[in-house]
Parts: sequence; structure tokens; C-alpha cells
Amino acid sequence: MMTELFYMNGYGIYVWSSFAFTFLSFISLYLVIKNQYMKEKNKFIAKFGNLNSERAASARLQRINKEILSNTSTI
Amino acid sequence: MFQLLEPNRIFSITSKAPKYVLLLFILVVSIGLTEALILSPEDYKQSHSVRIMYVHVPAAWISLGIFSTMTILSIVSYIFKIKNFFLISKSLAPSGFVFNVIALVTGSIWGKPTWGTWWAWDARITSMLILALFYLMYLIACRIYENKEQVLKITLIITILGIINVPIIKYSVDWWNTLHQPASINILSKSTIHSSMLLPLLIMTAAFALFSLLIFLMKYNTELIKIKNKGLDRL
Repeated sequence: MMTELFYMNGYGIYVWSSFAFTFLSFISLYLVIKNQYMKEKNKFIAKFGNLNSERAASARLQRINKEILSNTSTI
Repeated sequence: MFQLLEPNRIFSITSKAPKYVLLLFILVVSIGLTEALILSPEDYKQSHSVRIMYVHVPAAWISLGIFSTMTILSIVSYIFKIKNFFLISKSLAPSGFVFNVIALVTGSIWGKPTWGTWWAWDARITSMLILALFYLMYLIACRIYENKEQVLKITLIITILGIINVPIIKYSVDWWNTLHQPASINILSKSTIHSSMLLPLLIMTAAFALFSLLIFLMKYNTELIKIKNKGLDRL
């Protein structure tokens, strides 16, 4: 059963390499996009931390800024 | 209606959605892989190599769908000056490009046992390659042009020129003699694919669509935070 699943009448190499390429592409794309997301988010948090209290208060009024700061749990 | 799509309004949803989409993707792709690799039957002619269809066809469909969506968004964004539509289009491009590359590579791997060659300058393969080049041009344009007006114009031109290629990809198998077979799945007429193969194909398409949604959401959130970063610089 397992040998048949891997060998697939001699087509296993083609089938498995197609699926492997697809899922490696998925993982690579996911990691690249996640990395970009984390970089921008960390930049935002650092910039926000450098604001003086008055500017931070005015920036915090924007709902989206609050969302970025509160949503620390990432994907 | 367009105001409902304002980034400030939808960020609270788009920032929380990816983890649920990822979970759903893992669930659907697990079912899809079981169906595609174990439960679905082999083809009487192509034997097990037919299983490549379950990654090749959904990838091609989704890359075509994403490019068509990007074109509509680019046109609407340019005419009505809705920047968010450009942002959505820009966030869709990376997954569209990757799906296009997957369709080309898996098609090439499938070609070897089926046609005896890795590559042929067949009408459909060539038109898919051209679509990948349009995706690449779009991604490069977004990267190199800083001026907002300029980037809107350039990406609009790229998508309009690229969309001409989409019906060519679709009908190339009917218009020319190609190595590809005519479409087996038709919306308006009866499909010629057996249900035991159609089911895994549809599940894998749903899984790939979920993955592109996940990448879109993550990229869109990144773009929004990038804009907010620029806003903090101005404070």
C-alpha cells in the first residue's frame, strides 16, 4: 500500500515532485509575506514608542493605530 | 458603499481574519490531499500522473481569476480614484504570480510523462508564460515607482494589456491545435470529467483559494501598516 502510494506505477517521481514544488512555494510565499508583515509592524511599534505623549495621544485616536498596537498576536 | 471598504473600517477584520483562514486552509487542504493522492482513481490512459491535475489546474484557474480581479480593481481605482482598490489589487499580485509559476512548473512536470517533453511552445503554455511576465511587470512597477499617480497609470496599462491575454489562454485550446485537451469542465454545458475526479479538483481549488485569501490578507495588512508608518513620520 505504502510502496504503491510512493511509486504510483512509476509516476510517483512526477506526482510527488509536483505536489512538493506547490507546497514549498506556498511555504516560501507565506514566510516572505509574514516576514514583511512583522518588519512593518515592528517598525510601527518602534516609531509609536518614540512619539512624545502629546503626539502619541493624537495618533492613538485613530482606530486603525489602536488596532495595530492591540493586535499583537500574529498569524 | 465604497466608504464601507475604507482601510480604517476594515482593518479590525482583516487583522484578525488570517489565523482563521489559515486554520480553514489546513483543514480543507488535508481533505483535498487525501482525496487527490489516495482516494481518487487513476486515469485509464494517464495512470497516476493524472494526480498532477489536482495542483496544476486549480493553480492555473486561480492565477487567471486573480489577474482578472486585479484588472477590474485597477480600472475602478483609476477612474474613481479609490486608492484602496489599488491596495487590494497590489496585495493580490504576489499570490497570483506564485500560482502562475506553480501552473507552469507542474504543467512542465506533467508534460514529461504525458507528452514526452518538459516544454513545448504550445499556445496555452506560451500564453501562460506571457501572463507570468505581466504579473512580474506589475510587481516590479509597484516596487520601482514611488509616485502614486505614476504607479496607478503604469499598473493600469499593464493589467489592461495583460487581460487581453486571458481569453487567449482560455480559448487557445479551441482556436489552435495544441497539446492541451479542450476544457473538461464547463459551466454552461455538461462536464466531461468523472465526479470521482471532479470532487478532489474542486476541494483543491477551494484550498488554493483559501491560501490566496490568506496571503492577500497578510499582504494587505502589511500595506496598511506601511501607510500608517508614513503617517507617523509626518506627525
